[in-house]
Amino acid sequence: MTETLTLGAPARQGEPRWRVVWRNAFPFLVVGAIWEIVARAGVFPARLFPSLETIAAAFWRLTLNGILPHHALDTVVRLGAGFALAAIAGVAIGIAMGRSRRAEDIFLPLVSIGAPIPGIAYAPLFLLWFGLGNKSAVLLVGFVSAFPIVFNTWTGVKAVKEIWVRSAQAMGADDARLFRHVILPGALPYILTGLRLGLAQAWRILVGVEMLAAVPWGLGWMIFGAREFLNMDVMLSGVAVIAIIGLALEKLVFQRLENFTVVRWGMMT
Amino acid sequence: MSGRSRSWLRAALTLLLAAALYEALARSGWFAPALMPTLPKVANALVASLADGTMIGHAASTLYRVLFGLSLAVVAGLPIGILMGRFKAVENFVLPLASALMPIPSLAWVPVFILWFGLGNTVAILIVFYAALFPMLLNAWSGVRAVNPLWLRAAGAMGADENALFWKVIIPGASPFIITGLRQAFLRAWIAVVGAEMLAASDWGLGWVIFDAKEFLNTDLMLASLAVIGAIGFVFERLVFGSLERATVLRWGMVRTAKG
Repeated sequence: MTETLTLGAPARQGEPRWRVVWRNAFPFLVVGAIWEIVARAGVFPARLFPSLETIAAAFWRLTLNGILPHHALDTVVRLGAGFALAAIAGVAIGIAMGRSRRAEDIFLPLVSIGAPIPGIAYAPLFLLWFGLGNKSAVLLVGFVSAFPIVFNTWTGVKAVKEIWVRSAQAMGADDARLFRHVILPGALPYILTGLRLGLAQAWRILVGVEMLAAVPWGLGWMIFGAREFLNMDVMLSGVAVIAIIGLALEKLVFQRLENFTVVRWGMMT
Repeated sequence: MSGRSRSWLRAALTLLLAAALYEALARSGWFAPALMPTLPKVANALVASLADGTMIGHAASTLYRVLFGLSLAVVAGLPIGILMGRFKAVENFVLPLASALMPIPSLAWVPVFILWFGLGNTVAILIVFYAALFPMLLNAWSGVRAVNPLWLRAAGAMGADENALFWKVIIPGASPFIITGLRQAFLRAWIAVVGAEMLAASDWGLGWVIFDAKEFLNTDLMLASLAVIGAIGFVFERLVFGSLERATVLRWGMVRTAKG
């Protein structure tokens, strides 16, 4: 599960800073130059293959008049809401499955049957049941990202060493303390992995769901709507914002989360 | 063995209970029957669409798109990933690009690709390619880098040339990662193809059936296609990749390196 990826190769020892920046910027310059040459050569209609200048202008225009930030904000809020639902429900179900045999018997078959169906396939069903718009989008994102969270939490709780539990009990820990001080920290690396996979999953389908669910604001909807008017510059600006949000999720959320908890407690190096 | 059959029994019992609960809800009339069809109706829709061959046609065109896109991704991603692991210059060039493109969900490209390539097969195949490329690339890259340097030196000391080193040491050494990559790539591709079929309507394909059935409130057909999608996904994940793993890395005793 090598999902982590630093942006470009990190600095090697004794390498000056400008060289690192240059090394990471160089591929983008090459690709940008090729794009620009193809766009200006007029091989494709300019409407469908706009030059970088046009895209940048569209990006700037839409940012200044607040349309792009509004779309982006709505997408992020939707992602947060769906993911919060999934995190709460997923961790709760996963812990219940790990601790109680009965909960495991009930949930495991249901989760194993639901998991191999790609989340986006449920989209039309959710649209019929909950109507077009926000409710369906958030519920679907939550539903889909709950699966990896449940699986990993369950595995994590099961992976807590029996000897830790027994020694805590021998030292007189009651159930609440056992849970708070042994099981939760012990399962945390797995829970965090699950949350991470869940968030990545949520992000991967959210844009598609926005296109299908006809939400009033949102980057997916913006891209899909701009297609009707052949506004390729707007669409590519939207894709750029999506890339920025995705990178920010990876850098700011995933990597920090791991450093602050698990690595600090020495559960994982 | 008895513990195993007991857990099977329990699973079956749970599923029966869940089915009964669903059936009771569907028959209770709380929800419109068009939105929540009873299970016999769903089974009927499944059998009917299988019998007249439409479901098989839809499944076949979806599979064609997935496998086509996946093969393209393997053909492109595997060599680039291996080159990245072997040559610093390739890594320096590809890695920044890959890390900028990877966080973009493949479905975000659907409208762009529709404008570029028109509705139809091409869009779905390219979306699958985009979705499957990065897991393949990154796993091949980390696989090559994870090959124990001791093995390389040992092979070198025993007189292996560049060619033998590559085929006899690096490729088998990286294979657990490559197979993991293939697995992840298929999972991503499977999600992407269903989404792409819904958005880039093209008359055939399981995603298209579900989306089209929504317009006519054919919820029974929707649920039937969901079952087919789940079944195909399950078959690939367990049978195809499971047996691939058993035939290669498990037999070679390589799996522990992948986990460590």
